[in-house]
Amino acid sequence: MENIFVNAAGGIRNLLESAGLPGLAVDLIVLTVIFVAILVFVLLNVLWLVYMERKVSAFIQCRIGPNRVGPMGLFQTIADTVKLISKEIIIPKNTNKKLFLLAPVMIFMPPMAVFAVTPFGKGMVALDLNIGVYYFVALASLSTVIIWTAGWTSNNKYSLLGSMRVVAQMVSYEVPLLLSIVGVVLLTGTLNLTGIITSQQSVWFIFLQPLAFLIYLIAAVAETNRTPFDLVEGESEIITGPFTEYSGMGFAFFFLAEYANVLLVSMLASILFLGGWLAPFGLTFIPSWIWLLLKVYLMIFILMWLRWTYPRIRIDQMMAFCWKVLVPLAIVNIFVTGIGKYLYESVRW
Amino acid sequence: MSEWVGVALFIMAGLAFGVVGIGVSFLVHPRSKNRYKLETYECGIPVEGSAWGRFKAQYFTFALIFVIFDVEVIYLYPWAVSFVQLGLAGLVKMFIFIFILVLGLWYAWKEGALEWK
Repeated sequence: MENIFVNAAGGIRNLLESAGLPGLAVDLIVLTVIFVAILVFVLLNVLWLVYMERKVSAFIQCRIGPNRVGPMGLFQTIADTVKLISKEIIIPKNTNKKLFLLAPVMIFMPPMAVFAVTPFGKGMVALDLNIGVYYFVALASLSTVIIWTAGWTSNNKYSLLGSMRVVAQMVSYEVPLLLSIVGVVLLTGTLNLTGIITSQQSVWFIFLQPLAFLIYLIAAVAETNRTPFDLVEGESEIITGPFTEYSGMGFAFFFLAEYANVLLVSMLASILFLGGWLAPFGLTFIPSWIWLLLKVYLMIFILMWLRWTYPRIRIDQMMAFCWKVLVPLAIVNIFVTGIGKYLYESVRW
Repeated sequence: MSEWVGVALFIMAGLAFGVVGIGVSFLVHPRSKNRYKLETYECGIPVEGSAWGRFKAQYFTFALIFVIFDVEVIYLYPWAVSFVQLGLAGLVKMFIFIFILVLGLWYAWKEGALEWK
């Protein structure tokens, strides 16, 4: 069970090499297979997450939730997706047509590219980059530009408001997000995600960096545009903001990408702070990838819980909270961590 | 080197997924013509002007502060990675660096750049 996926990848590689293919071709084919596997994993999780979100919200609001399509409404999201594929993609006449279509095409690219470096279990990483954290940070901010493109090219006032809020919010909350990860990097001295996980062998970083974890969690909620920070979409005031003019598959891509981002930030939270695929209490008989999934789903549940418990906040409160509370706190956290690490190193010396 | 080929592959494959998704939808979706369907959505009332015009300048100040802090963070990461090798000197120097930035944040705060007007 533990090595089932690693062995499968190794088996494919051996098969190709014994067929006499050159090294680069083997690498590319194996990477393509891994990409398809990750894509299937992400899509299945996204479909499940949409269903889970509706069920969790239903239980929090004392409703039943989707219960007609399939057992317990399990096939509801699949039915919705099929319906969206068969709907017309309307391109309004005053838009910039090329960019209007380019935005939904590109929206899945940043999360998929980041999933290339996230470890899904022991040894289960597509590309073990030595600057994994940097790579995540660089690509995660790309979706700001893509959502902004979607809003601006729509030539719609609601979309314009939404896209401007996207830039203001995602750009602002990126600063505390980056500063909170610096604390973890200080403790490990590596930017490699696998290296960060293995250095949590003795103690998870949530216990050493509780403040950084809280800042990361709040900033991650804001980065994924979820309530209480969903001013970008704000159905009741600006009609889903940048996505107002999108219909059919164009809208579906934005919707699915939002959940792919939720999966991504939860995964990063469990890798950076909750020990990734390390088993707690020495329960190593359960495979590492199941442990990672359990931690990821714990984080996702917390995000959903937050979403359905708190109301939306005002934009001035949101910006003030970021720059006047989170950023100073994150800087203080770096100071304290730096001094603590230095003292720890000199005592051990 | 081969790692970066892999990164390029993942980025292209991510794009290809989007192209295939939208392309398949274009193949199967219905097409109907209607005088009002291609109008910009504005709650049903006739469209008034274009959305491509001037906009609130407040967003620009936040973008400026963001650029300053984002560039700072780029320098913080290499420092954090080589923290142990740099020793006390690295710690003190980085604290001076961060202190200057905190000074900048304090100035922006004092001048009201962080207020949403």
